[in-house]
Amino acid sequence: MTLTDLANPSRFLALTARLLPWFAAATAILLLIGLYQSAMAPDDYQQGATVKIMFIHVPNAWLSMFVWSVMSVAALGTLVWRHPLADVAAKTAAPIGAAFTFLALVTGSLWGRPMWGTYWEWDARLTSVLILFLMYLGLIALWRAVEDPSRAARAAAVLTLVGAINLPIIKFSVDWWNTLHQPASVFRMGGSTLDRAFLVPLMVMAAAFSLLFITLHLAAMRNEILRRRVRSLQMAQARMTQAGRRSA
Amino acid sequence: MTALAALIRRDIRIALRVGGGALIGVLFFLTVVVLMPFAVGPDLALLTRLGPAILWLGALLASLLTLDRLFMADHDDGSLDLIVMSRTPLELACAAKALAHWLSAGLPLIVATPVLGLLLNLDAGATSAVALTLLAGTPALTFTGMIGAALAVTLRRGGLLLAVLVLPLSIPVLIFGVAASQAAISGPLSFGTPFSILCALSLTSLVIGPFAAAASLRQGLD
Repeated sequence: MTLTDLANPSRFLALTARLLPWFAAATAILLLIGLYQSAMAPDDYQQGATVKIMFIHVPNAWLSMFVWSVMSVAALGTLVWRHPLADVAAKTAAPIGAAFTFLALVTGSLWGRPMWGTYWEWDARLTSVLILFLMYLGLIALWRAVEDPSRAARAAAVLTLVGAINLPIIKFSVDWWNTLHQPASVFRMGGSTLDRAFLVPLMVMAAAFSLLFITLHLAAMRNEILRRRVRSLQMAQARMTQAGRRSA
Repeated sequence: MTALAALIRRDIRIALRVGGGALIGVLFFLTVVVLMPFAVGPDLALLTRLGPAILWLGALLASLLTLDRLFMADHDDGSLDLIVMSRTPLELACAAKALAHWLSAGLPLIVATPVLGLLLNLDAGATSAVALTLLAGTPALTFTGMIGAALAVTLRRGGLLLAVLVLPLSIPVLIFGVAASQAAISGPLSFGTPFSILCALSLTSLVIGPFAAAASLRQGLD
């Protein structure tokens, strides 16, 4: 079952109708396990119990960048390979990614108040994630600005690829600038510096959030395909009514 | 070569003639810079500290305003379709249009900076620092703005969307432009670092902008 087989919307709908319940169940199970492990994790010697915001904040942040990468691949699918469902994937991923980015900013802000003493700081990491959020909103606005979804797809694809420059900036911002946000502790050269007691729940939560994204994304893609079918049916009906009026 | 030169000459001539495209930008720049002291208060010391930032913000907003007319007028009378269909590569045509736009709308902003610096109580050294950073940074604003202009050209009410799309891409230029100006005026930090990054941003946008704009135009007009 290659991507080209999935290019047929009906086959895609049939496949996802069977797969979606399994993804949803796996998401729920992993979320429960992750939340339990997060609750059972020890307190940090400096931060106390507040460190547990990390188990929600970090997966949200990782997913905000991951979703933009998924959209960039979909954009390449639209522009380069002309995959029929690439624009559906790109359009539906944008609001989900915006939600993850917003949650990352909010949970980070709530974590920053007790830890740093401020809800917000204009350092490199926070500023670049805020810019990512603004770009998500701009992308959603661009999708809605054009009537025909397939024409909007190509414009949005170009903007997605241009905006992808922000991803390495976000990732390396804590290395390139002197920031208040802490430097990379998981995905870095020389391995993670996080203790196993924290790393394991974090990875489980990250996997749970990834499955959550896949579930929401597939469900949204199904809705978008059905929405476009409704739209073409409405346009066909409008055309028939016009033709009927003219011949009468 | 001649086709591109003709395109540049045509764009500059139109900008200098009809509707004052060049001068509208300077007028908006003046308006923003004049409004700031009303909002911030007449404290001259504060205005001197904020001066480079106010000038940079005014230049950014003024160039956003004039970006609208980069492709819109040509799209309305059909010449954009001719440019897309012609034999000269569309990337070069976009670069030529952006160059003409910068010459007609960006340079007047830089020329107006010393006069406006007086309003903000900036001395000659500070104003020349800001003007130099604007000289290095306004090409980046024009060429990245061209991407948004190309994306928004086929939309009916594309003007506001254009601003929303272009603004996140212009923020790094603003940050480094103001950092370089502040470093030149006062400041322990070196001028060279942010200025070189500003030049790098301009040079990168000179390459990426025309390709992205040409791709958007092709997809949007067919």
